[in-house]
Amino acid sequence: MSPEDSAKTLRHFDQELDDLRELLLRMAGRAEEQMRSGLTAVKRLDAQAAQQTIRADRDVDALELEIEEQAINLLARRQPMAGDLRTLVAVLKISNDLERVGDHAVNIAQCAKRLAEAFPMPQPSELDQMAELATGMLRDAITAFIDRDVALARNVCMRDEEVDRYNDTVFRLMLSRMADNANTVIPALQMMLVARNLERVADLATNLGEDVIYIVEARTIKHHATEMEGEFDQ
Amino acid sequence: MPTIKVTAEGTPALETRDLSVFYGDNEAVKSISMEVPKNKIVALIGPSGCGKSTLIRCFNRMNDLVPNARVEGQVIFRGENLYANHVDPVEVRRRIGMVFQKPNPFPKSIYDNVAFGPRINGVDGDLDEIVERSLMQAALWEEVKDRLEVSALELSGGQQQRLCIARALAVTPEVLLMDEPASALDPIATSKIEELIQELVKNYTIVIVTHNMQQAARVSDYTAYLYLGELMEYDETDKIFTAPSERSTEDYVTGRFG
Amino acid sequence: MSDPSERLLTTPPGLVRRRRWGRAFELVCLGTTVVGVVFLAIMLVDILIDGAGWLTATFFTESPSRFPSRAGIKPALAGTLWLMGLVALIAFPLGVAAAVYLEEYASRSWVQAVIQTNIANLAGVPSIVYGILGLAVFVRWMFVLTGGRSVLSGALTISLLVLPVIIIAGQEAIRAVPSSIREASYGLGATRWQTVRHHVLPNALPGIMTGTILALSRAIGETAPLIMMGALTFIAFVPDGPRDAFTVLPIQIFNWASRPQDEFRNLAAAAIIVLLVLLLSMNALAIWLRNKYRKEW
Repeated sequence: MSPEDSAKTLRHFDQELDDLRELLLRMAGRAEEQMRSGLTAVKRLDAQAAQQTIRADRDVDALELEIEEQAINLLARRQPMAGDLRTLVAVLKISNDLERVGDHAVNIAQCAKRLAEAFPMPQPSELDQMAELATGMLRDAITAFIDRDVALARNVCMRDEEVDRYNDTVFRLMLSRMADNANTVIPALQMMLVARNLERVADLATNLGEDVIYIVEARTIKHHATEMEGEFDQ
Repeated sequence: MPTIKVTAEGTPALETRDLSVFYGDNEAVKSISMEVPKNKIVALIGPSGCGKSTLIRCFNRMNDLVPNARVEGQVIFRGENLYANHVDPVEVRRRIGMVFQKPNPFPKSIYDNVAFGPRINGVDGDLDEIVERSLMQAALWEEVKDRLEVSALELSGGQQQRLCIARALAVTPEVLLMDEPASALDPIATSKIEELIQELVKNYTIVIVTHNMQQAARVSDYTAYLYLGELMEYDETDKIFTAPSERSTEDYVTGRFG
Repeated sequence: MSDPSERLLTTPPGLVRRRRWGRAFELVCLGTTVVGVVFLAIMLVDILIDGAGWLTATFFTESPSRFPSRAGIKPALAGTLWLMGLVALIAFPLGVAAAVYLEEYASRSWVQAVIQTNIANLAGVPSIVYGILGLAVFVRWMFVLTGGRSVLSGALTISLLVLPVIIIAGQEAIRAVPSSIREASYGLGATRWQTVRHHVLPNALPGIMTGTILALSRAIGETAPLIMMGALTFIAFVPDGPRDAFTVLPIQIFNWASRPQDEFRNLAAAAIIVLLVLLLSMNALAIWLRNKYRKEW
């Protein structure tokens, strides 16, 4: 008889881990929502949507603090080992990354506000596609976490390259527009910043994927050796 | 089952090959092959009845004292099988010492307790010196040096256990076996013993049985997980407690059963 | 309505009835104890009244005589002391060695179980059987060695009688030594003999000695086997050596008690007092030893 067959003790700790996971998923949902409203604000030049995005960041930050506190408590009180330990450590890292996703959403919203007041300029379709990709990566990474789906997590990590390429494209496009018409400098700059933030969100989604792999397989992988410290810092 | 090798340099201090122990018809230890590297601490963990105490008692032939115990397979020490016909278990126990779960000092003075081993083994040398050296190695000298003639039974539990360690060290063994040495002690005495073990391993090879997983995680270099007499997994302690290979190990180590 | 806290402190009716039964039982036990003690007390007082006056110096220095005023217990007392001494010398080493062998060395086989059962049975065999055995073996068959109806033969017979008791007591005492001590000793590389000599025996010795003394205090009163194998009833000399003829206090008491004259009955009572004093001293010694060496494991 193997130990898997014998009755496993359902522990209070399992319940506490589940609760923590719930909290994390709630935070993930908020962060995704933030991204959605921020990108909508950019697309429709909607100042109100932008304001909503910025306000929502408070909740996301509060959730991060709560998750951190719970996780540290569990580490101290329950002395977790093996899979439980990895889960807890990963949850801490993921909540950290999700908070940064929220911050990037806020940045995007602020770009939207500035775009609304600036010289009207058509938005490149590449930016739309980039937004689709990045938010798709984030969604899939969260799904991978819920389902412990390592294949999906790996897939997310692979898509990062494409997002980086889109970033380059938007960058060059905006540069040429700025060169043609001095009026477009401000709006073009905002577009570049939006792209830059989307690229960062994609990186964070990749981190999430790596954390999922760590939880399930106990392996640490990095999707590229050097982080591209971009030309523009935000 | 193939020998589970842990990557360590040099010849192992102890090695078992297809070691099995039977109590009557009951197979308490099932064909275990493993190596104990020199100057390392190996922890044996597992739920009650998994055979870890039986296994450790094979290393110094203490199972010989149990009437219906039968041992098959080999235990290799210094290139020789401890269970070969020509081997004298008494000599084995001088080279491979043991500390037990409940401190069991003799009802004699502290000095006589430590001196007993050297005396009966006819060890040469200044007995006073041997006693002092052993007590120092066991981190007990400072506490008892002025009252060596006092009865050992007047010491506290933690001190008694350190006395038992000193007693075992007095015959200069190469390997020290410890069967749940701290399970009868309070937390402070326990942590003193754990500190002591980490000091002693510089000069001795140590095998420790413990039912306390955190202790195994704190103290050992390698951990072997046993279940129902079988060696389920044996690896570096870091690996066992952060990312074990076997599902069974993961379940035990996270407290989901046992 | 009564206060809930008050209700906790009053005795429920079921408990009152249980307490009554308890008291009744307690009284019955007390009653039977009292009855036993009372009879013992009556017996002791009776003996003291009869015999105390006869405990004179002559009593201890003279041999038995037809004249009560000149009768004494010297030969009988000497015989008893000789006998006890020899029994202790013979039975103690034999008993301890057997106990050590049975507990430490013998393997748990059916042979050992048979031996164990037989020893237990022997402890219950009527003493007169030992007398018959003693007569046949020690007095007649081993005549050359023992000198026939001698103190030695008596001692050998009585030794056989108390041997099972000593062995069993010895085994108990050895078993009481915790196995953790033995394990510690073996773990240090001691041989079985070293473990027995340095740990088992020293720690079991108080228990063994207590058992031995208790066995001897039973032997001191044995009469039938000694009569069987020929202790004399009317001798006027103290034994010179182990091969000499002898008598013992119980036989002397029996002899005097069966005489018609009242004075002899008083002499018997006096001798009984001496015997009781010996017994009490031995038991006191056993208790003192036990208390002195009692260990808290």
